[in-house]
Amino acid sequence: MCDTCGCNVTHGNAPLLQPGGRFEKTASGHESITVLRNLLHANDHAAAHNRQHFERHGVLAINLMSSPGAGKTALLEATIDALGGNFAIAVIEGDLETENDAERIRRHGVQAIQITTGSACHLDAHMVHDALHQVDLAHIDIVFIENVGNLVCPASFDLGQQRNVTLLSVPEGDDKPAKYPVMFRAADLVLLSKCDLLPVLDDFRPDHARRHLQELASSAPVIELSAKSGAGMDAWLEWLLAEAAALEQHSGSLAAQSTAASASAP
Amino acid sequence: MHELAICQALIDQVESIASEHHAREVMEIFVEIGPLSGVEPQLLEQAFDIASAGTIADGAKLVIRSMPVRVSCRQCGAITDALPTRLVCGVCGDWRTQLVSGDEMLLASLEFTRDDDEQTCSHGVQQGIEAGR
Repeated sequence: MCDTCGCNVTHGNAPLLQPGGRFEKTASGHESITVLRNLLHANDHAAAHNRQHFERHGVLAINLMSSPGAGKTALLEATIDALGGNFAIAVIEGDLETENDAERIRRHGVQAIQITTGSACHLDAHMVHDALHQVDLAHIDIVFIENVGNLVCPASFDLGQQRNVTLLSVPEGDDKPAKYPVMFRAADLVLLSKCDLLPVLDDFRPDHARRHLQELASSAPVIELSAKSGAGMDAWLEWLLAEAAALEQHSGSLAAQSTAASASAP
Repeated sequence: MHELAICQALIDQVESIASEHHAREVMEIFVEIGPLSGVEPQLLEQAFDIASAGTIADGAKLVIRSMPVRVSCRQCGAITDALPTRLVCGVCGDWRTQLVSGDEMLLASLEFTRDDDEQTCSHGVQQGIEAGR
């Protein structure tokens, strides 16, 4: 939901925008002003700025979200190894404390910037913006933002990413989408991680997880994978490369438009 | 508990609007929260007391309007009420729906008093901002 295209005007609040609805005196004689602006307006503004930065450099930015321990860092390690240096990658790590995850990523030869949030349960667009000062986007193809492990708060904060990827690990149970609808509704792709555990944790039914997602009206694709065994990694990499290619095309046409605009300028 | 961060963002907006309109005192703040916004109204209320202390919104009443969850069906076109965990069409039962209400997290409106003496007003707002930082 943004403040520019009118999508914040819903069935519920549309009457406020009728003539005379914006600014008036109340019965008690106070001034009243109608605002209808997202509470996270400042964050959304910073996120739009980040998104512009990414797009200008043709960088695919992926916001990885999940509960703690669902395997985000392991997925990134396996992804970096599988891409084998064909893509320039940078990783922004969000945790309350420690540099552990950034160190794991750096051991794979990739730049990692650790954001320690202290007590904050999520990353916001300003934190990502500050971290981006340390990344030379001109030489990067993909930025992974590993959000703080949490299925609640990160869903409410736009970071400027192009895509949200949410992991649901097998040990967590297949009804997580029903329990955390805000998070799973935000996902552009859902990865069922640690699928090597399916034979022992047989009460996790991937088809049930899919059904719960459908009930949230989500059309996000679902990929079953295991970063440990490598099963399903191909489908994930295929999705990632398709997104990178689509972005490259989009950024290319943006650049062509801006070149054409400056060429036609007097 | 991201409600505190969200509430601080709300107060920042209230302060800037109050300052823009030379408000002397903010009486009421109306927000709209849908169940699919990820914001818990009760936690927002608790956070409001903390975030508003020392600002122009200190002592203002926070009025939270809970928004209904409603979906529009891409198949049959009906607009129906839904549950936050079951966003299927209430008429044909299809899951291919679009949310039309229920994820709001909006500052809807503000009620405030104004002094005719603008200098006094903007001074008052400035003090509020400084005390809040």
